[in-house]
Amino acid sequence: MPSDTTSRDTLISIRNVEKHFGKVTALNGVSVDIREGEFFSLLGPSGCGKTTLLRMISGFEMPSAGDIHIGGEDMSEVPPNLRPTNMVFQSYAIFPHLTVAENVGYGLKKQRLAKAELAARVDEALALVDLDGYGTREPHALSGGQRQRVALARALIMKPKVLLLDEPLSALDKKLREAMQSELRHLQRTVGITFVLVTHDQEEALTMSDRIAVMFDGRISQLDTPEGIYKKPADQRVASFIGVMNFLPAQVTSASDRTLGIDVAALGKLSCPQDDRFAKGDKLKVGIRPEMLTIVYDGEKAEKNSVPAKVADIAYYGDMTYYDVVFGDGSHSASVSMRNTAGRPILPIGAMTRIRWGPESIVLLED
Amino acid sequence: MAEAASKQRKRPALRFLSPNEWRGLALISPALGYAVLMLAAPLLLVFLLSMWTQNYLDLDTTLTFANYREAITDPLYRLLMIRSIIISGIVTVVTVILAYPVAYFVAFYGGPRKSMWLLLITIPFWTSYLIRIFLWKVILGYNGVVNSSLLGLGLIEEPLTIILYNANAVVITLAHAWAPFAILPIYVALSRIDTSLLEAARDLGDGPVRRFFRVTLPLSMSGVVAATLIVFIPTVGDYVTPRLLGGTNGLMIANMIQIQFGKANNAPLGSALAVSAMVIVASISIAYVLLNRRFLKSRG
Ligand SMILES: Nc1ncnc2c1ncn2[C@@H]1O[C@H](COP(=O)(O)OP(=O)(O)OP(=O)(O)O)[C@@H](O)[C@H]1O
Ligand SMILES: [Mg+2]
Repeated sequence: MPSDTTSRDTLISIRNVEKHFGKVTALNGVSVDIREGEFFSLLGPSGCGKTTLLRMISGFEMPSAGDIHIGGEDMSEVPPNLRPTNMVFQSYAIFPHLTVAENVGYGLKKQRLAKAELAARVDEALALVDLDGYGTREPHALSGGQRQRVALARALIMKPKVLLLDEPLSALDKKLREAMQSELRHLQRTVGITFVLVTHDQEEALTMSDRIAVMFDGRISQLDTPEGIYKKPADQRVASFIGVMNFLPAQVTSASDRTLGIDVAALGKLSCPQDDRFAKGDKLKVGIRPEMLTIVYDGEKAEKNSVPAKVADIAYYGDMTYYDVVFGDGSHSASVSMRNTAGRPILPIGAMTRIRWGPESIVLLED
Repeated sequence: MAEAASKQRKRPALRFLSPNEWRGLALISPALGYAVLMLAAPLLLVFLLSMWTQNYLDLDTTLTFANYREAITDPLYRLLMIRSIIISGIVTVVTVILAYPVAYFVAFYGGPRKSMWLLLITIPFWTSYLIRIFLWKVILGYNGVVNSSLLGLGLIEEPLTIILYNANAVVITLAHAWAPFAILPIYVALSRIDTSLLEAARDLGDGPVRRFFRVTLPLSMSGVVAATLIVFIPTVGDYVTPRLLGGTNGLMIANMIQIQFGKANNAPLGSALAVSAMVIVASISIAYVLLNRRFLKSRG
């Protein structure tokens, strides 16, 4: 579970930052505060400006407009080598002419430590990433996962205020990536340093982060906890980027001080808490997650919030089954996921059934 | 699978090379043949010749090391050999030091016009080497460009004589002539450096100077080593430049070899000098490569 960081102080403050590469606008007015000690992710599709934002925090790119403060200090005149940040590069950037120990100790060389102390610090950093005894290895004799750990150790040994990671897991295979995800999360809690992770993998962002900034087209569309982003996506793009979301067209039929009455295609009329974004007559989209829809089996009581539907397709995942169902008149469909527990036979394609939903699990999204 | 295996077994014993290997051999054979004919054969002949003896017009073909004894012990030959190595060493150092910044500029700041820069670097080759030497004569001479400019500016009272017909002139001319050969391998090594490595060094606290000595230079050493050898090996044996610009104090070993083959009519001694020079240059080069071997290993 993500740790509670809401009460912590702001460490990185990014204000109205823009970046233009010639005619290309990579960032278009980004403002965000990153807190001390949190695991923060920048999530978004390819080309949305995640790397550009990260490189600005590290100092490799300068904002075209706006400013960045780290620990209260204006960074506009501070070069990368003097910033309290360290980076784990996507390609790991392990120095090929140095051994693992020399790589890890690279940044400490300047401090002119005694040989024994340097060696001790390097060993400590290697132990932190489970690479005890790899010090004398040459980088080319390492696997991808091991290189990644060397890159981590090399950055962490500097005891930075912020560790920046640009898609550090994207080069690893699925198994290793999942193992490294929990390891990174664990590491972050052990060292207590602020991590800023760039990723385009929504699952990775959800499982690892305290907070996520979802970016599209050089802007932050939503900034929230993983749960907030998953349960209450701010708009349709965020909703469809994070997990699977069913969208159904709807219209506001009544708006009072406290409730909003809407008519949802296929599901029918329902009432939601009041929402400023909508007025009577507005068209909107209703979003509902597949796991919030349930198949009503024979023998179970048909409840109020349920509608008839037909199974159009099935995908069996062992523990789960995903159904594509078509509602009533056939013009709307949705994806439903069901845990395969006892007493829930898998329905065949073409089977007629009922789908139940909970009004509280519905998200209203602007059209 | 089984079919492939049986095919392998059926391969005739005579065909010890696979079709691919034959193709490779066919591709290199013209160059190989040419090299054998034009390099290995004359070299063997020179070896043989160096162990014979010249008796006026006849060649005594009994094998002897007497020529080598003379080549190594005679003070004049020794002086010329040492001078050749020193001049060539200076040329190499000057050339590589001047070439490095040029290669660095093209590799990191060449932008989209890299190939234009590389083309410009080869411009000196568009004229013959001999013409370039004569041009240097015009530039460096008693009444040459350098002297008349300096005189005209009132910087000197009399024309400088230290820039022509001596070792300085040889160094200047050779360094200019070989600069492109030094620039290219250094450029290649520099442009192969992954920029994220340079950023990583910066990220870990290095300023531009420290980063250069800790990352850029070590990672481009393969190019520096190649450039050094490319300049050093041929310039030790350079003949034209010292002949035309070196005066008497700028003569090098190749000039003496030519004299032995020509005026002195002692081809065996000339051959012995040539072989000695070759062995010395090869030893120096090998020692140099061994000293730098940690920079030259291939990296995964
Ligand atoms: N040096 C540059 N010169 C020109 N355009 C650039 C440069 N760097 C980035 N861009 C452009 O800025 C936009 C944002 O790029 P950025 O690398 O930040 O994307 P990203 O979100 O990291 O994408 P990805 O997930 O593919 O890495 C892209 O349109 C990209 O083409
Ligand atoms: Mg990126």
